[in-house]
Amino acid sequence: MRKIESKPYWSPYAAGLGLGIVLLLSYMLMGTGLGASGAFARGLYSVMHLFAPENMEAHSYMGKYFANGANPLNNSLVFVVIGVFAGGLISGVLSGRFKKTVEKGPNIRTSGRFIMAFAGGTLMGFAARLARGCTSGQALSGGATLALGSWAFMFAVFAGGFAAAYFVRRQWQ
Amino acid sequence: MRFPIEAFGGFSAGTGMLVALLIGVGFGFFLERAGFGSARKLTAQFYLKDFAVLKVMFTAIVVASVGFWWLVALGMLDLSVTFINPTYLVSQIAGGLILGIGFAIGGYCPGTSCVAVATGKLDALWYVGGVVFGIFVYSLTEPLFDGFTKLGSMGEAYVWDWLGVAPGVVVLAAVLMAVGAFSLGTWVERRSGNVLKN
Repeated sequence: MRKIESKPYWSPYAAGLGLGIVLLLSYMLMGTGLGASGAFARGLYSVMHLFAPENMEAHSYMGKYFANGANPLNNSLVFVVIGVFAGGLISGVLSGRFKKTVEKGPNIRTSGRFIMAFAGGTLMGFAARLARGCTSGQALSGGATLALGSWAFMFAVFAGGFAAAYFVRRQWQ
Repeated sequence: MRFPIEAFGGFSAGTGMLVALLIGVGFGFFLERAGFGSARKLTAQFYLKDFAVLKVMFTAIVVASVGFWWLVALGMLDLSVTFINPTYLVSQIAGGLILGIGFAIGGYCPGTSCVAVATGKLDALWYVGGVVFGIFVYSLTEPLFDGFTKLGSMGEAYVWDWLGVAPGVVVLAAVLMAVGAFSLGTWVERRSGNVLKN
């Protein structure tokens, strides 16, 4: 079988330019920036609502997503995230990068990588709610609109990442 | 033409959803093109081997920022009907630190993990499971520390307002800062020489 070579990534400046134009269009058309973690929360809350509707509607933190009979899935950010999957798939297939694989360095087992991925994901899901947004909803969007707290958030993310990287280097190097 | 179009009733509900979907497609497409479906590429930033995260993020921020504040200055974009992230300094700094730590451990962020799942990365599935679990834990326990999450509340605060200068000054400073950071990043990349190309 012929080995399919994946095409090289774009220059970060070209990809960044494309991303910046999409972000600007998002503000011009929808009046909001981009976001990812919010859609995950909305999906989770709708599932939880299936099991305990009264508890969810009365909950002091999650209740607002159901105020006046609202459906948390009826939100533009949910459609944005569905689009992100589609856009990633289109680009991956066109560039020969669609491949069932595990992203890790040579010094960690697949099971170890899965545990780390879940643990890191848990921290980030928690933190994205605490900060009211993630890398896209806070850093990218709040960064472009020059929101003060989003800039503080951005520097904190890089600080946290650089500080933790040493301790998990065996996973990647 | 006045922006945002959505706020001025330019879209029906169906059109609005289609626009959101297409914006998402563009977002996912460029994230994948940048190589952000790969956790190795993303985390190489934290080992000073590949500055793609910084370069892509700051290019996107300054491009969008120049356009955004230009439209505001021309009176074409109405800030009063545009979502501006409210500032809660304490929870944003605490959340940012935890998020950064989680980034180095998990290898993705929520947006890039969607692209990774879409391109077949199995570890990204576990990451997404973790994100949902983290949101679950936070949402159930939030009432216990609700007061903490409101500390440092400043409403819709802007960097330029805080510094007491015009928006354009901060946009220009951001552009210069980005260019400086890009050159520094490229210099470090050349020394450690390990940029992931595909």
